[in-house]
Amino acid sequence: MTDDELIWRISGGSGDGIASTSQNFAKALMRSGLNVFTHRHYPSRIRGGHTYTEVRASADPVESRGDGYNFLLALGDSFARNPQEEAVYGNEEIKPLSENLDELREGGIIVYDEGLLDASEIPNFEERAEENDWHVYPLDLRGLARDQGREVMRNTAGVGATCALTGMDLDHVQDLMRDAMPEKILEPNLEILQIAYDQVREEYDVDAPDVSVPTGEHDEQQLLMSGSDAISYGAIDEGCRFIAGYPMTPWTEVFTIMTKNLPKLGGISEQVEDEIAAAALAVGASHAGVKAMSGSSGGGFALMSEPLGLAEMTETPIVLVEAMRAGPSTGMPTKPEQSDLEHVLYTSQGDSQRVVLAPGTVEEAYEQSRLAFRLAYEYQIPSILLYDQKLGGEMTNVPKRHFDREPNPTLGKTLSEDALADEPHSADGKFHRFQHDVGDGVSPRSIPGQKGGRFLATGNEHDPTGHIAESPDNRVAQIDRRTEKLEAIRADLDTEDTGSYAGPEDAQYGILTFGSQQGTVEEAVGRLNDAGVSVKSYGVSDMAPFPTEQVAAFVESVDEVLVVEMTASGQFRGLVQKNLGRYGEKLSSLLKYNGNPFEPAEIVDGFEAAVVEGDGDASGHQTTFVPAAGD
Amino acid sequence: MSTFSAIGEEREIDRDEYTPGVEPQPTWCPGCGDFSVLKALKQALPEVGRTPEETLLCTGIGCSGKLNSYLDTYGFHTIHGRSLPVARAAKLANPDLEVIAAGGDGDGYGIGGNHFIHTARENHDMTYIVFNNEIFGLTKGQTSPTSPKGHKSKTQPSGSAKEPIKPLSMSLNAGASYVARTAAVNPNQAKEIIIEAIEHDGFAHVDFLTQCPTWNKDARQYVPYIDVNESDDYEFDKTDRVEAQEMMRETEESLYEGEVLTGRFYVDEDRPSYTEEKQAIGEMPDEPLAERYWDDEYEWERSHDMFLDKHA
Repeated sequence: MTDDELIWRISGGSGDGIASTSQNFAKALMRSGLNVFTHRHYPSRIRGGHTYTEVRASADPVESRGDGYNFLLALGDSFARNPQEEAVYGNEEIKPLSENLDELREGGIIVYDEGLLDASEIPNFEERAEENDWHVYPLDLRGLARDQGREVMRNTAGVGATCALTGMDLDHVQDLMRDAMPEKILEPNLEILQIAYDQVREEYDVDAPDVSVPTGEHDEQQLLMSGSDAISYGAIDEGCRFIAGYPMTPWTEVFTIMTKNLPKLGGISEQVEDEIAAAALAVGASHAGVKAMSGSSGGGFALMSEPLGLAEMTETPIVLVEAMRAGPSTGMPTKPEQSDLEHVLYTSQGDSQRVVLAPGTVEEAYEQSRLAFRLAYEYQIPSILLYDQKLGGEMTNVPKRHFDREPNPTLGKTLSEDALADEPHSADGKFHRFQHDVGDGVSPRSIPGQKGGRFLATGNEHDPTGHIAESPDNRVAQIDRRTEKLEAIRADLDTEDTGSYAGPEDAQYGILTFGSQQGTVEEAVGRLNDAGVSVKSYGVSDMAPFPTEQVAAFVESVDEVLVVEMTASGQFRGLVQKNLGRYGEKLSSLLKYNGNPFEPAEIVDGFEAAVVEGDGDASGHQTTFVPAAGD
Repeated sequence: MSTFSAIGEEREIDRDEYTPGVEPQPTWCPGCGDFSVLKALKQALPEVGRTPEETLLCTGIGCSGKLNSYLDTYGFHTIHGRSLPVARAAKLANPDLEVIAAGGDGDGYGIGGNHFIHTARENHDMTYIVFNNEIFGLTKGQTSPTSPKGHKSKTQPSGSAKEPIKPLSMSLNAGASYVARTAAVNPNQAKEIIIEAIEHDGFAHVDFLTQCPTWNKDARQYVPYIDVNESDDYEFDKTDRVEAQEMMRETEESLYEGEVLTGRFYVDEDRPSYTEEKQAIGEMPDEPLAERYWDDEYEWERSHDMFLDKHA
């Protein structure tokens, strides 16, 4: 824990505007010159149910949600269920306050809406506050908002109180409200903000804040962006102008962003009957010459197995995004997990081949979304972008410069009619779309409507014209060629290492992770080294084709490796061992699968317990240690 | 040379152009009704002026899926039940293509039934031919969604306890704007209906009765057939949804009583196609999207210039 950061948690009910209020506040902090990182926790429910968002802000770079938090703004839950009854879900009305105390740091601030929340309903509240040196401010935020005629604007009153108690100027918040709010609600909101701010300053001595907002400065323009935003912009910049989908949490975010933006670009978005259709539409659009994508989360992606295999067999380029959530089956729809890794790597029948990339940060989400398209179209293969509810939903600041890149709408090896005329054809004029002998396995395409390009695309094994063929020689030639493409892609990927490394190169120990846990691991690595533990980390992004050489070199260079992932069965560790074929005695696992992402301290403590002390007993954390095979 | 110069090309087209050199003779069983679909298409396409390279034929899996091997156009032999989503996306990507989808009754009314309903609902400007032989042929004679109640097979040894699907009524209710039934034994009518279906601006569904002499020996050869548009025994207005509904109901019931009624059952020329509907709400470009990737002059938009300010 550090003192030079604010981790502000706003809690309330689902549907009460917690997400938008926190997003505006995060942006105000970013505009004030700070680095920010948000973390969302919400139920699978339309209205009501405890939800919170954390905003971490620091002058230093922030790569994770951090550990615990130090400022709670607890608002009411407008849609709480049966608060008077002792139902299975307990008293929901008080949850925005009662559910959030365990992770509040010592010396932290609590502001709660006493118009809606009664702290005396929480056992030992006062004792706990005293023990932990919490500074408690009961404020009638609802009443204050109601006096201005709009009870729902109590969120704004809470933000005003936050600013007063942390010594933050209202300027940035006011600017942001002017940018974000429609005219008719802007004025009352600005008034409520000011009144709340003034009232707190009048009533309390706030000259020496208990928790203060740090100050910082950016040397270039920043954007507040989520992983879902970055994936969408990457697709757009790579020339994707067609998306088909079916709603499913948390993939819906990418689908929504693309659907909103594509018509402005003369593109097409289709909401269709199911995910089989969604992926099949992407195949059809791509076949007809458009850069196309689809996506889903685990359950919907399961339906895409068929069209995924069809795309592989017909060598139709498509990009699918898979936003993981806790499974199996419906699992926990709004909670992150990384346990669709094997599902995405292996689903679909036969010796099927695909590219799977798992970005670790918002920047990487943009880059690897573009990379997924580039590889799909250059190598005529499905590319899957694998991420999760955490990376998709968390927001952080990224320099605008990062997105100042040239678009790349190229379709890959696709022939013009002129070029087609010089290519091999069968006697009846059919184009040899699937030639046996081509350098990197990629046989150039034609597009329907082109003269001299007609061929058959089929999920059956086929000869060079696409005609169904089952002769042994042709079978071996075609499957070998399709497999060769993976080798070419691996060589291509080696030219731009997508991995992320942290810690000293000559470290004694290592941590391996993939996807969204990367930032949290890197923060933990920093702290471990500060504490004198010599450790480095490698966040792997290429799930397929796997960077076997790079991972082997990393494992070889250290004494022991802890594999950190959000699965219950150690799927990533299994993937590493499958590809490396040895080092089983060096690899142990730190797993978390309770619905919440790792906090850096859990990795620090887990690593010390597992590797430094060796018994793996990190008491007090909901993480699981699995020892190495040789132990 | 333009990008897609096969599209819109005006020239005489020979029926033989659609016959592939590799497999000119289909491997369907002697007497199979599928031959008639192939023949009707080979007659209809030159007549509507659509060349092999401006036509995309998407099929499903089954005997009917082999159509792609015997009709030489651009082809996409997809997977079981999925010809329609592939076909309609190709149409969205390039509305200038002539898109035809085809499959069997198991493919279209069974495993792909959901896609059938939604493609009809959206009224894509395409033709969908269902080879309806009331049986699963390629997997050797199992009961299909259109097999009559009581149909016995190895998978329904006691006779099917299910009422068959009523494809014409289902199509009308789902939103198809052209619904017809023809039969393999009626080649002239089949050709005319296929021509009309291709020329229709909207989703044209043709339920094509194709006898299976190998696995459905009990089934009639769909003779004698009656054209409801020509017979004096039937009087209805095919542009009237209510009258069409009634005629379809009678047709679907009488098929299982040995009476084969065929013809155009519903024709709505006024309903806008899906492309038109999407263009009207500003969610579909005027020019085919597929053309843009070949336009060297096109200035590709960047998210940096268009969408990032709201994140600042």
